[in-house]
Amino acid sequence: MDLATIWFCVIALLWLGYLFLEGFDFGVGMLMPVLARDNTERRVMVNTIGPVWDGNEVWVIVAIGATFAAFPGWYASLLSGVYLPVLLVLLGLIGRGVAFEYRGKVDSARWRLVWDRVIFFGSLVPAFGVGLLITTSVFGLPLDANGNRVGSPFASIQPETVLGGLAVVGFALVHGAVFLSLKTDGEIRHRARALALRFGGWALLPLAALVVLAQVSSGSGWGWLAVGAGFAAGAVAFQRLDQGREGQAFAALGVVIAAAVVALFGALYPDVLPSTLNPEWSLTVADTASSPYTLQVISWVALFGTPAVLVYQGWTYWVFRKRVSTAQIPEVHVP
Amino acid sequence: MDVLDLARWQFGITTVYHFLMVPLTIGLSVLVAGMQTAWVRTGEVKYLRMTKFWGKLMLVNFAMGVVTGIVQEFQFGMAWSEYSRFVGDVFGAPLAMEGLVAFFVESTFLGLWIFGWDRLPRRVHLACAWAFSLATIASAYFILAANSWMQHPVGVEMVDGRPRLTSIWAVLSNNTALTAVPHAVAGCFAVGGAFLVGIGAWHLWRGRDDDGPVWRASVKLGGWVGVVAFSALAVTGDLQGKLMFEQQPMKMAAAEALCHTEEPASFSVFAVGDVSRPDCENVKSITVPALLSFLAHSDFTSEVRGIEQLVGEYQDKYGTNYPVDDRLGELSGQPIDYVPNLPVTYWGFRFMIGFGALSALAAAATLWFTRGGRVPRTKWFPRLALAGIATPFIANSAGWIFTEMGRQPFVVAPNPTGVDGVWLFTARGVSGMGTGEILTSLIALTTVYAVLACVEVYLIRRYARAGVAGVMPPEKIDSDDPAEPGDKLAFAY
Ligand code: HDD
Ligand code: HEM
Ligand code: HEM
Repeated sequence: MDLATIWFCVIALLWLGYLFLEGFDFGVGMLMPVLARDNTERRVMVNTIGPVWDGNEVWVIVAIGATFAAFPGWYASLLSGVYLPVLLVLLGLIGRGVAFEYRGKVDSARWRLVWDRVIFFGSLVPAFGVGLLITTSVFGLPLDANGNRVGSPFASIQPETVLGGLAVVGFALVHGAVFLSLKTDGEIRHRARALALRFGGWALLPLAALVVLAQVSSGSGWGWLAVGAGFAAGAVAFQRLDQGREGQAFAALGVVIAAAVVALFGALYPDVLPSTLNPEWSLTVADTASSPYTLQVISWVALFGTPAVLVYQGWTYWVFRKRVSTAQIPEVHVP
Repeated sequence: MDVLDLARWQFGITTVYHFLMVPLTIGLSVLVAGMQTAWVRTGEVKYLRMTKFWGKLMLVNFAMGVVTGIVQEFQFGMAWSEYSRFVGDVFGAPLAMEGLVAFFVESTFLGLWIFGWDRLPRRVHLACAWAFSLATIASAYFILAANSWMQHPVGVEMVDGRPRLTSIWAVLSNNTALTAVPHAVAGCFAVGGAFLVGIGAWHLWRGRDDDGPVWRASVKLGGWVGVVAFSALAVTGDLQGKLMFEQQPMKMAAAEALCHTEEPASFSVFAVGDVSRPDCENVKSITVPALLSFLAHSDFTSEVRGIEQLVGEYQDKYGTNYPVDDRLGELSGQPIDYVPNLPVTYWGFRFMIGFGALSALAAAATLWFTRGGRVPRTKWFPRLALAGIATPFIANSAGWIFTEMGRQPFVVAPNPTGVDGVWLFTARGVSGMGTGEILTSLIALTTVYAVLACVEVYLIRRYARAGVAGVMPPEKIDSDDPAEPGDKLAFAY
């Protein structure tokens, strides 16, 4: 395998890390109005992700930064081509990050209500937008010979890509519910688990449809293998959750999203962004890659950087491994 | 306005806004880590209270730094896709390094620091504070290395009309970066220092709480940091000036609105009248003879080239007209204007130095007025101290606006001694989208930023006024144990 292909895999891996980690953050944000009955319960939910949401978000920053470094043409064409949806993702992420930090800073029900809404939409919209962005990369845009989008600003909004948006939203809901049943104690834990068992299958449906669609349109033999593994892992996840093994269910959902990423990026390769106008104009791994020297440089950085990141992020999860419950939430103390 | 203008406004607004949060985060986080170190070493409650109070203000600001940074990361691809394709081979690498080496450390260890008061041993918790505050400086280094490459491209060759990286070390040890980093980081400490001085002095003057020692220590620390930071700014700024004279002579001339070559060249302190061309020839200004020669060249006799001479040189080297190309819009085939916006560069340079000097002055004055346990009882004292907070912010913004606008019409400025062809006109860098999209994002981002600015200022005011009691429950006044009783979390959102 040449370096460019390896970097294509690295970028798939970074997206996987992002979808896995921020997936449950998004889920927690979207489930807040559903699962929590009062402010203390809402605080329990926010605090399950409090110490980690920012670290999780850096995965998307690095995925985008690495795309810039390894495949400038992909970075440029995709982000300018999907401009308005990306703008919505950014606005959502802006609101969400600030909302986590600010919602408890003033002791007023109205204040909290506003930020709770921001957390909800700031989780829903980016989850949908990220799904739309990734699927647009797989299914393509009307690109001209220079890699610029021609046609409408809404060219990225197609049935497949909307399905991609729903797929990530659905996955995040299930992943978030399972995460909450793993990380909380008391009422919320039970509610989250019941919700995941009851509606989880429905929520994963768009993701299932998406990977099958991607396979049918441009898949390969081993892509089907990934799809099969994904379905099996999904079944295991619900079975384990039903048995009260939340940790195992959570891990199985990790396999589900990994299988989906493998299937999607596998269907995309060797393109990085197909042109729907003319296959000749599709952007490929080979012709958008940076020079071998640049790829070497970032390979060294990644080789030493990534294991370190995994170690200290893993450590954070270890430090904050205890379940959070309403009994642990301290009094509101603000000026 | 066309796409180019809108994209420039958007980049300018979002970046300057990001750089309002950045210096406060960098300056305060290092100072807070220092306060916590003092607490761990001496066990004095005063230092714990300082750590908690200033740490909370830092956190209110940090969130905004993070979310506005994300926009920056995406923006090159969204609005500047031609630029991204052109520089990608070089520019992406430091950006990716920043993410992997700096942002992951920052965000993870900050989370550990905020929530880890009762979960981690004291020294490990302190190490987290240092890890994330030093990572903010690492991120400054990588992004400024990227930015410096645009001011002075090094370490590349031209292949197929695009620069290709030949040496990452040349990019990371670019002399432009090695002077810009200490200058910008010192600017961050100027902000952190002024913040401590302003709020600390206001509390000292008000004298409502029992935290006199906390405020006095804060004012002292902030005052000295402010004064030292300004001295460092002057020294590093002088070094930058000398590099700029070699690397971007037009920017130097624009900083002075120097229409004609002078030998020796005098430094204009203040101008009356319109500094833009062609009127710059008869602007009246207060000058210091030969000082500009010194700034540019370390002697009092050297020639400094003026704008009219430089325009000719630039036309010879980089062409007189833009190529005929649809993507250049109205500029296609038009003559290239090599002169940056003179009023902006001239006044930007003076605002940077002037407001920086004011902030140092305010810091020194506060130190003087509060010496030996004194507290002035006059009304103007807290006002002066609070007004002092704004000055280094203004200086920082002015410095960036000057640096970036002084580079126009280039987005990647040519290196006079570098490889031929490595430059890019700003007009060529922009994405080929319609005005509608970029106008939408400009309005949306500006509106959201404006609202959030109000929220942040409101919260900072609220927490700053409340003093330490606002962040530590009253029963904790004399306790040096940050943990909560029982099973409660020491900190929860
Ligand atoms: C001199 C310092 C400096 C400069 C010039 C910039 N930044 Fe910045 N940036 C920081 C210093 C910084 C920081 C201090 O490291 C921040 C502020 C708050 C934070 O979390 O980190 C940050 C945050 C921050 C984040 C969020 C990181 C996170 O989630 O933790 C991103 C993606 C960027 N920045 C990207 C950029 C880009 C693409 C810039 C160029 C236009 C830029 N920044 C200019
Ligand atoms: C790596 C870092 C940076 C890069 C790559 C960068 C790049 C750019 C680009 C592409 C533009 C648009 C073209 C133009 O109008 O000049 C620009 C403009 C601008 N940038 Fe930077 N910039 C960086 C850092 C900063 C920072 C940190 C600031 C300060 C807060 C800043 C301030 C500005 C301003 C004020 C403009 C508007 C200039 C104008 O409209 O002429 N830049 N920069
Ligand atoms: C005696 C005082 C100072 C001198 C001589 C000076 C000089 C300079 C020069 C020459 C540049 C442009 C570098 C280039 O474009 O190549 C610059 C940039 C800048 N200055 Fe200053 N400066 C001074 C004080 C300050 C102060 C007080 C602040 C802020 C508190 C500040 C903040 C900045 C910033 C943020 C930049 C842009 C980033 C960079 O290039 O590092 N400067 N300064």
